[in-house]
Amino acid sequence: MKQDAFEARHRATWSRFETWLRILQNRDNATPGEKADAANLGVDYPRVYREVCHHLALARARRYSAGLQQRLNQLALDGHQYLYRERLPVWTAIGRVFIAGFPAAFRRRWRPMLASAVLFVVPAVAMAIAIQVRPELVFSLIEPHQVSSMESMYDPDRDVLGRERDSASDFQMFGFYIYNNITIGFQTYAGGLLFGVGSVFYLVFNGLFIGAVASHLTAIGYVETFWTFVAGHSSLELTAIVIFGGVGLALGVSAVAPGRKRRWHAIRDEAVASLPLVYGATAMLVGAAFVEAYWSSTTWPPPWIKYSVGIGGWSLLALYFAVFGRHES
Amino acid sequence: MCLPLLLDTTVDIATPEGVELRLPVAGLAPRSLAWLIDALIKSVGLTAASVAIQFAGEFGVGLLLISMFAMLWFYNVLFEVFNGGATPGKRAVGLRVTNANGTPVGWTGSLIRNLIRFVDVLPGCYAFGCLAVLFSRRYQRLGDMAAGTIVVFDPKATFQRAARTAEPIPVRIPLSLEEQQAIVSYGERAVGLNEQRAEELAAILRPVFPDVTRDRLRGYAAWLSGGERRA
Repeated sequence: MKQDAFEARHRATWSRFETWLRILQNRDNATPGEKADAANLGVDYPRVYREVCHHLALARARRYSAGLQQRLNQLALDGHQYLYRERLPVWTAIGRVFIAGFPAAFRRRWRPMLASAVLFVVPAVAMAIAIQVRPELVFSLIEPHQVSSMESMYDPDRDVLGRERDSASDFQMFGFYIYNNITIGFQTYAGGLLFGVGSVFYLVFNGLFIGAVASHLTAIGYVETFWTFVAGHSSLELTAIVIFGGVGLALGVSAVAPGRKRRWHAIRDEAVASLPLVYGATAMLVGAAFVEAYWSSTTWPPPWIKYSVGIGGWSLLALYFAVFGRHES
Repeated sequence: MCLPLLLDTTVDIATPEGVELRLPVAGLAPRSLAWLIDALIKSVGLTAASVAIQFAGEFGVGLLLISMFAMLWFYNVLFEVFNGGATPGKRAVGLRVTNANGTPVGWTGSLIRNLIRFVDVLPGCYAFGCLAVLFSRRYQRLGDMAAGTIVVFDPKATFQRAARTAEPIPVRIPLSLEEQQAIVSYGERAVGLNEQRAEELAAILRPVFPDVTRDRLRGYAAWLSGGERRA
């Protein structure tokens, strides 16, 4: 069949399909009016799509012109994109992650999580002990002006804890914690792609830093102000850092030892499978930022309440990871 | 498209419908341009926001920090998921992100490729990302490879098929299928070329058709694709 005859026979089908796709393409939220217009075109979608694919194959086999091939390729591609669009409702998916997917993925990856916790806690404890023995070691890691600003943040004479100025508002600090902490979390995760090196760096460095600050402030006698401040949000924040690190380490392991898959396939599979952990840890850091800005900074509750809230947080978190998503193996 | 050229930058995707779809992938230059446009948009947006918060006090500072965070990590994700795979910069250049199998990119792919962006930026100026794009067959940066995505030219923005309006002129000498196809494709593209270039291309065929001009060649193209002489 000559090209012109072929085109004349099918042109009507193609242009109807083009219009139909233009109305519906990539949007499930077309207005009822648009949907009615599309329905009026009388396109039997799966049948017409298969037909267009067939026409494209014919056009290639018969060596029709580049222009026609390109038009049919585009039409088939648009049809393909419409057929394979994501249809899972977002809110249902998010709910499923927090009820089951996140804790289940956490338990399944207990090995990288454990490794991440060790890489974080051991440097922290070592640094804390070292500073108790030789207090001046804090300056080997932290600049002197940073140390003095830390000291002023937890000065027992303060009305609001954890801030350099009393005037900084809660919401301002909330924004700062979101920006700073979640960015570090994402970097800890993404750095894992470099064969795990990036994650190890962030975990060890944060461990050393946190250990140094805690030990130094304890040593100079700001025990109550510092520990009552961190008690509330410690569970969410520290666990989230460990999770980000663990996901990064798992990514690094898949890059170092892809097993029987090709390297990038192994990395992709791991990245997709561990995405619930990224969602979960991000949500935990948002929660931690909220607690830190609005609860931890207050000075009116007596210390025993603050410590109880901290212990309560750790218990609830442990319960969550132990109990939820059991049926999802 | 007579022969698959080595220089072609297309990806073929096999579909369950038994036909291969062809996608033109975008290289370093157009992607850098799109990135530059996005960077400009983001910095203008943040500058405007930081001026506006002068009037909102400390609440505004908190808001600014949150929007900086969102711009840094989620600008691309939100546009890619809700705007058919294209940020404003990509749309301006005519690019979009799709999964490697040609399906539209979703939350999973978009999030992974934009979180891994942090590694692409290392050790500075997107060095890892640029190297990866230059050395991978489908022009993927590390984030693309981890997410299984590609950046393609939106074919709707590439050349539109010109109508064949020329009067058919019969071709009297035998031509192979490839030669016929080349002439038919010329007929489609001649309208979009300027006259001198169109004549110049037609002149290549002078050893075969001594009296060839742009219009005669378009006539041959019409005859070859249609086969019938409209009286």
